[in-house]
Amino acid sequence: MTEKEIKRTRIATRIANEFPDGALVNLGIGMPTMVANFLPKDKTILLQSENGFIGLGPKPEEKDEDRDLVNAGGNPVTMLPGGCFFDSALSFAIIRGRHVDYTVLGALEVDEQGNLANYMIPGKMVPGMGGAMDLVVGAKTVIIAMEHLNKKGQCKILKKCALPLTAKGEVDIIVTDMAFIRVTKKGLVLEEIAEDTTVEEVLKNTEANLTVAGNLSRF
Amino acid sequence: MKPIKTPQEAVANIRDNSSIMIGGFMCCGHPFSVINAIVETGAKNLTLITNDAGYPDIGIGKLICQNRTRKLIVSHIGLNPIAGNKMHSGEMEVELVPQGTLAERIRAKGAGLGGVLTPTGIGTEVETGKQKITVMEKDYLLEIPIEADFALLQAAVCDKYGNCFINKSAKNFNLVMAMAAKTVIVEADKIVEPGELDPEHITVPGVFITTIVQAKKEDTVQKVWN
Repeated sequence: MTEKEIKRTRIATRIANEFPDGALVNLGIGMPTMVANFLPKDKTILLQSENGFIGLGPKPEEKDEDRDLVNAGGNPVTMLPGGCFFDSALSFAIIRGRHVDYTVLGALEVDEQGNLANYMIPGKMVPGMGGAMDLVVGAKTVIIAMEHLNKKGQCKILKKCALPLTAKGEVDIIVTDMAFIRVTKKGLVLEEIAEDTTVEEVLKNTEANLTVAGNLSRF
Repeated sequence: MKPIKTPQEAVANIRDNSSIMIGGFMCCGHPFSVINAIVETGAKNLTLITNDAGYPDIGIGKLICQNRTRKLIVSHIGLNPIAGNKMHSGEMEVELVPQGTLAERIRAKGAGLGGVLTPTGIGTEVETGKQKITVMEKDYLLEIPIEADFALLQAAVCDKYGNCFINKSAKNFNLVMAMAAKTVIVEADKIVEPGELDPEHITVPGVFITTIVQAKKEDTVQKVWN
């Protein structure tokens, strides 16, 4: 594995172990999708695809691809036993109505107030928010999956987001290749650090203020 | 019984400046035959209301990339770079709407509602220019209905009363759009006699449908993803 793959696998594995048995989870496109590969075998975790179903399964073999069964990225997937289909209005009623337990999304920036910016860079990247704004507002727990630093080596966990927000104050947990951070009313709490780093390294690479938990553990 | 027309006949009234809802999500549940017929008519300055800008070369992407579209109302354009370029150059207006809000604004029109109150977008650029309403101590945005001259849907099976069965994840926006436009054209892979579809398995009641079109065979089998 490349260094990037190792980092991503660590993030995805840590998040996959966060869900309790029976949780309904929506995974965003990109790194969050990887979480599906590391779900614990002894738990039943239901995955929602916001284009209209619960019971999202792995990519099929090419001969089994079905043009009527795609994920939210438009790529062919499968349906697991016990799944169900619905239309977009019902799908977002499930999302907005607080029936999704966890949503996992990537981020460009997150800040001390749990604000999230992940849908545009004005003038550069304006793909649209898709379902992200509804997911972040509606899911009971919002988990951000991202590398601790951006491609230029800059902090992504900030005192205050500079980019346009996807949602205000909705982020609950941030998991990076270095840290597991919980957003609380008193600010960000560093609960776990990765096995190959130190608290000092994490603090050095985080612009936001972090409170180190008394029972800090490693992942 | 609803009229069964060719794609060309069905789109004859779609002219310059028409507003059109198009079902589909990244071209899944997307009425390709009817869209291709619109491309042939040369109609322009269209307003398209749909989930996404699709891919550049097929379906809705053709109406965008061949300069037929004045305005897009969508949740996402990320997989069609030409749509992004046209937005940045100002050649095409793009209104980005959160996906759940888009579905509810369309549904509101179809269901006779004056709008919906949603928490989605509070504290973001989406709230610009919108009325904020507090209900039971929580803030919501008033999102107003979206209507259109035409809605173009895709169904796996349609009976001659217009009742549709839409397969799997192809349902997406097809159901809400069926209710929200003046003229509703459904493109079906298969058209059957009334009674052949189990009434328990109807996705879209036929009462919403104006015109039925038989999908062209080549449009029912094409692979759209990369």
